[in-house]
Amino acid sequence: MREYSVFDIMGPVMIGPSSSHTAGAARLAKIARKIVDEDISEVEFVLYESFARTYRGHGTDKALVAGILGFDPDDEKLPHSFEIARQQGIKFKFTESDEESPHPNTVKMIITGKSGHKNSILGCSIGGGNVLLKEINGIEVEFTGEYETLITNHIDRPGIVANVTKIFADYKINIAFMRVYRHSKGDKAIMVIESDQKIPDAAKETIKNIDGILNAIIINPM
Amino acid sequence: MYQFNHGYELLELTKKFNLPISQIVVLAEQEKTGEGLDTIFQKMRNNLKVMKEAINKGLNEDLKSVSGLSGGDAKKLYERIIIGNTLSCETMAKAAASALAVTEVNASMGKIVAAPTAGSSGVIPGALITVARKFGKSDDDMTRALFTATGIGIIIAKNATLSGAEGGCQAEVGSASAMAAAALVELMGGTPEQCLTAASFAIMNLLGLVCDPVAGLVEIPCEKRNALGALNAMICADFAIAGMDSVIPFDEVVEALYKVGKAIPYALRETAEGGLAKTPTGIRLKKEIFEKVERGD
Repeated sequence: MREYSVFDIMGPVMIGPSSSHTAGAARLAKIARKIVDEDISEVEFVLYESFARTYRGHGTDKALVAGILGFDPDDEKLPHSFEIARQQGIKFKFTESDEESPHPNTVKMIITGKSGHKNSILGCSIGGGNVLLKEINGIEVEFTGEYETLITNHIDRPGIVANVTKIFADYKINIAFMRVYRHSKGDKAIMVIESDQKIPDAAKETIKNIDGILNAIIINPM
Repeated sequence: MYQFNHGYELLELTKKFNLPISQIVVLAEQEKTGEGLDTIFQKMRNNLKVMKEAINKGLNEDLKSVSGLSGGDAKKLYERIIIGNTLSCETMAKAAASALAVTEVNASMGKIVAAPTAGSSGVIPGALITVARKFGKSDDDMTRALFTATGIGIIIAKNATLSGAEGGCQAEVGSASAMAAAALVELMGGTPEQCLTAASFAIMNLLGLVCDPVAGLVEIPCEKRNALGALNAMICADFAIAGMDSVIPFDEVVEALYKVGKAIPYALRETAEGGLAKTPTGIRLKKEIFEKVERGD
């Protein structure tokens, strides 16, 4: 039997009209913004299934742009996200896909940073405002953003995971869940580490300096 | 120590510790999350604040939904109440108008509390805040009653469903109405048994209600059904406080809710493929809305 917190039932506080099509969409895009880890100049949102069919009536489009701007699902600026993004010089467009997707409420966010670097992030809104991130730059992942989460970009070679977990031990941070994903042997890989505790920035910076780690970011729970 | 999965377990806990349902729910939350009692209480108080603000906004502003399909009806009813011309008594009419107000705020991309869902967000604030104001209850009283409502919601979520896509409108507005009914009973000083009886009545009255939103949007008929859910909660709270017996125990009613939900055809579970959504007007409105937004009007 699934466990519920009081505020899963009486909550979340959110901008309407739909927890899955509005609140969940904003959360997905806010997590994507964190993953990109630089100022954003352009976003293409590719929408699948129910997202593709009903996104305008549910304000999914405004919620996605709001998330890219870093707004939470309960931010009253959410309905005005288009104007605010334009003021900040962020370009955005929506594409409806008829391809199959892992869940009816799925979006792929192709995000170009100010540096010109492109990231592609795919996630699903699975109900009640909860989300699941499924793919980062072609690598399959799976995390919810409900925990303090550290995500690395690294090279798939021996010792890297041990070096990262040693830093967690040094900082006395307990690892709740941990998974490693890769393109192919020796290629680029991603580590997703979820913790119940706060991961200090200092720990992240130390991890970034490990040989073979290309980048590390922290996503705070929402 | 304070965890419960079923209504009978919740009742046993209230007897064992001689506490109302609201207190058991707060203690269970503290036990589960490790958060302080004050923090938990303040979070719920913030929910109450958001609910009150949504009611004020919906009653006083001319709202329009994103689709243009609904809005402004709460204000219309409220104006009738002010002149004193409604057929229902003032409390009933205010509860209905307040429930409508919250759902119209929701549809116009305003701030609400999903209680338990965005689509049923008007029921609990509509019933609770109206009744509390009538009887001069404090914000703390209302906050406690929201925990009572949540206790009922947790049991329904664990043993049935709160999702219209899984169980139809009975699982959303029906559950919200049961949660509100129990909250009203505790607010008015009723016993934990009476809380569960009121919740049972509320579900029994709405059992089988389908989810058939026009154009797939949470507006028609959802907004008016929220008003119905709020009034149903008040009637059922009165039933329980008057000493009526629901005959079928709460846990069995919840099981029936789940089984009926399973039996509701797919077309009538939030897919907009049946019921009012598939009437000639429902089909025409859907076409018009999506053409209109397509043009960017």
